[in-house]
Amino acid sequence: MKIEITDAQWLNERAEVTLEELVELSGLPSELLIELVDYGALAPVKPQTEAQPARWRFGADCVVAVRTVSRLRGDFDLDANALSVALMLVERIRSLETRLQALQCQLPQVTKIRRT
Amino acid sequence: MKYKDYYEILGVKRDASDDEIKKAYRKLARKYHPDVSTDPKGEEKFKDVSEAYKTLKDPEARAAYDNLGKHQPGEDFRPPPDWGQGFGAGDFSYEDIDLSDLFAAFGGRRKRGGAIPIPGQDYEVTAPITIEDAFRGTEMELNLSVPEIDAQGRMHRVPQVFKARIPKGVTDGERLRLKGKGGKGMNGGPDGNLYLNIEFRPHPVYRADGHDLYLDLPLSPWEAALGASVDVPTLAGPVRLKVPAGTNTGKKLRLAGRGLPKRGSGEGDLFAIVQIVVPSEPTEREKTLFKDLADASQFDPRAALAEGGGR
Repeated sequence: MKIEITDAQWLNERAEVTLEELVELSGLPSELLIELVDYGALAPVKPQTEAQPARWRFGADCVVAVRTVSRLRGDFDLDANALSVALMLVERIRSLETRLQALQCQLPQVTKIRRT
Repeated sequence: MKYKDYYEILGVKRDASDDEIKKAYRKLARKYHPDVSTDPKGEEKFKDVSEAYKTLKDPEARAAYDNLGKHQPGEDFRPPPDWGQGFGAGDFSYEDIDLSDLFAAFGGRRKRGGAIPIPGQDYEVTAPITIEDAFRGTEMELNLSVPEIDAQGRMHRVPQVFKARIPKGVTDGERLRLKGKGGKGMNGGPDGNLYLNIEFRPHPVYRADGHDLYLDLPLSPWEAALGASVDVPTLAGPVRLKVPAGTNTGKKLRLAGRGLPKRGSGEGDLFAIVQIVVPSEPTEREKTLFKDLADASQFDPRAALAEGGGR
């Protein structure tokens, strides 16, 4: 069998993604994403353009959390309101895990001391 | 095709009501869902639970499943010859598909009616790599078994083997996308994507935080007190690090730009965290010298404790 090589792409090719790209990356319909913005669970980076969802830009670091809640929605039958709560909690867990990881890195590990 | 007992997986009776099935599913989903559960085997268990529920929650799919008859879990079986005809299910070569494929295509066909484009399924796999892989970039061979419809419109599972090039500069927990490498879209729908979850394997020397790396730097008391030049391993080879005199445990010495490369340009830093260690079995000579030092020194390491001790 011929084995082809595929380049893996970063989910966040750029620092920001459009609503359309977020729909593609998360699998959530745009109406639902707009609702999440209404609930304040998801925030476009430039609030002054809020009137036109097509011009919204989201920080690419939200992609992973939005994908997570997209899975939760399907598997737990969550409505938009429950999803907005889940999204905030997922984001909070993610930032706590990042901080935990940073702190753990600074803790000394058990060192084996050998006499040479 | 191997038989799976969907009722047993959900822990319900064969005559359970829709409500009981839903309840049983929700309970198990909360227990095993990989985004919620801490059970290391959760993901695997959840897959079965979710597969069972997808079929049993749909009255027609459930009827079709019941029509397969009861078999032993894991038993190789074939559906009865006229199976599926009444439900408008597709054509299958029953040898090389999963039980779940039977019902996935079935539900899709029924709902479709016309030829609505159906996007391919997204897949997600964990990609364990080493810190060295992340430093240099790497290639990873991926083996997937994906359902595909052949020219006769019959469904097969086909092995898909390909290599993914993982660019240098990925970090632990990052997700990458392989566009179009998921399930095949139907009726002109786009192919699904494959998502890779990057996971660093534990490294004997380095710990990674984003693009920064940390390592413990053991120093002898005299190196820490007098200062020293020591060799520190980095991913690009050892470098000589100057430790200033009077360096204490916990002090972070920064080696700028010696961490993981960042996407585009720049790189993280490497931090050496000082740990002062003493010989656990000192020689007689070492003991004598330490004793001499103890007699001669006025140094009180616990001066701060005495001041703030609350007397």
